Amino acid sequence: MSDKKEQIIREIAPGDLLREVEALNAGGYRIVQIGCTGMESVYEINYTFDKDYDLVNLRLTVEPGAEIPSISGIYWGAFVYENELHDLFGITVTDINIDFKGTFYRTAEKYPLSITRSGGDDSCQNV
Amino acid sequence: MGLFEMTKTVLRNLAGGPVTRRYPAVPARTSPITRGHVVFDPATCRSCGICSKRCPCVALHLDKEAKIWEIDRMRCIACGDCVESCPFGSLTMEQDYLPPTVEHVVDRYTITYVKPERPAKKPAEEGADA
Amino acid sequence: MPERIVVPFGPQHPVLPEPIHIDLVLEDELVVDAVPSIGYIHRGLEQLVQKREYPEYVYVAERICGICSFMHALCYCQGIEHIMGIEVPDRSRYLRTIWAEYSRLHSHLLWLGLFADGMGFENLFMRSWQLRERVLDVSEDTTGGRIIQSTCKVGGVRRDIGQEMLDKMHRGLDIFEEECRDLGNVFLNDETVKYRLQGLGVISKEEAYALGSAGPTLRGSGVASDQRETGYAAYGELGYKAVVETAGDCYARCAVRVRELYSSIDIIRRAIEEIPEGPIDVKVRGTPDGEYFSRVEQPRGEVVHYLLGNGTKHLARARIRTPTLANVPALVKMLPGAQLADVPIVVLSIDPCISCTER
Repeated sequence: MSDKKEQIIREIAPGDLLREVEALNAGGYRIVQIGCTGMESVYEINYTFDKDYDLVNLRLTVEPGAEIPSISGIYWGAFVYENELHDLFGITVTDINIDFKGTFYRTAEKYPLSITRSGGDDSCQNV
Repeated sequence: MGLFEMTKTVLRNLAGGPVTRRYPAVPARTSPITRGHVVFDPATCRSCGICSKRCPCVALHLDKEAKIWEIDRMRCIACGDCVESCPFGSLTMEQDYLPPTVEHVVDRYTITYVKPERPAKKPAEEGADA
Repeated sequence: MPERIVVPFGPQHPVLPEPIHIDLVLEDELVVDAVPSIGYIHRGLEQLVQKREYPEYVYVAERICGICSFMHALCYCQGIEHIMGIEVPDRSRYLRTIWAEYSRLHSHLLWLGLFADGMGFENLFMRSWQLRERVLDVSEDTTGGRIIQSTCKVGGVRRDIGQEMLDKMHRGLDIFEEECRDLGNVFLNDETVKYRLQGLGVISKEEAYALGSAGPTLRGSGVASDQRETGYAAYGELGYKAVVETAGDCYARCAVRVRELYSSIDIIRRAIEEIPEGPIDVKVRGTPDGEYFSRVEQPRGEVVHYLLGNGTKHLARARIRTPTLANVPALVKMLPGAQLADVPIVVLSIDPCISCTER
């Protein structure tokens, strides 16, 4: 494969998030994305950072209904991803600098990708 | 520094004709491999069902019992995956695009393939009525 | 102190083809704040990954976006290939590069046209799209589709390009480049265009980097970041150097795209010259088990496909971060200080692709 660089994935606890992100910010990393993965009963949230094409991932594992702190105080632009976490998955992110309160994605159904959502699959055409 | 950078192009364009064509009055430009629409040949289909399994947008349906093969033209994205995967060559891709429609129609074909008679074996009868 | 009013902008706007909604807070004609929102066309394509087998999802991934479709397929396929440890043949890597660069050409020409339209330069808009038609014709002749090419698959490509066609493409590039340079000349040197764009929507190098912007928005501010430098597909052999402008305004972002037209033509030309003979695909066996962040440079910036396989035919999860989402924070920073009449241009300058963004 052309991209031979290893991708670092570090599991961290929600309490350590801000400290870790601040350390990366001080190290000159830029934010690439925050992406959520709905597993069986938990959400895995990947915070991806990049510096000179090196990827560093911080991984949070949170239960449905848990609250996570916002990193938008450190990376101003993180608000789009954090609002996305809230609007698509229903994860509560506290203290976002621009909190849309659920109106960033104006979807017909609330929290379409939430793992605790029920009854939504009947209307899905692509079974 | 320039104020009339565009002039050369404008003058050249005035001399040439239009680059677009009046589709659908004039047929669209196609190449020999253009993916226009899928054509089904009911005489060679052996009801294996690979096409309907592979279709990424669930546009194909096969009813093995009733020997019916259906394509929902409004779901078909003409990716050509079914054409590539068909082991019997029953599916082909034609170049021209289908005309627009206002009704949701599902094209339905009755499979007319008859299993050839094998020596020392009873001839297959299913499908002979189609 | 003038009274503040809020003007809703979009999702339907005569200049802007994308369904993004922005609430503009104005003081007279001056924008002081902008609050974007999206979600009008959320389709949930990421969820479909659990219902489609992984080789078939390529066609779904391609339809995430109507413009950078080939790049989405490429990014997805490279991710799967990395998880499964598949080495694709050399020829297919070159073919992927050629098609990817043709996609970039048509995307940039489309954008340049829309941008000219946004400025009110209709003639330039028509000219850009006239040139784009040439790229689409090549695309149709080689892949069977004008925009949705459907040629990438896990393990290689689905079609080969014959030597005769390659020669024809190579010959066509000479005239095409000359015409592109004429077009680029208007964008870069015409006084009216400069007057309209220079100093508009400025974003500094540090800001662009800290906001996590991607693609021409980042490079227009002087940060040399282009995933092609990492050498995926055949870029490693061909070599690539990111196109960078330093001003950080709309003109710089436009200049990056114009100069990327030339660099794309150059890459295609060299790829056609150096393409090796050989097979175009390998047989793929097994199922993906593992995870990978696959990254590809799209016309709009880097796209990230996070793929998580669990050893079955269906992936457990795909997460796609598209460049437009990364550029939204930059947009929010650019808009304050602009005149209301300049808002469409500033919004267009990040090349928003909202259907990408919402998947």
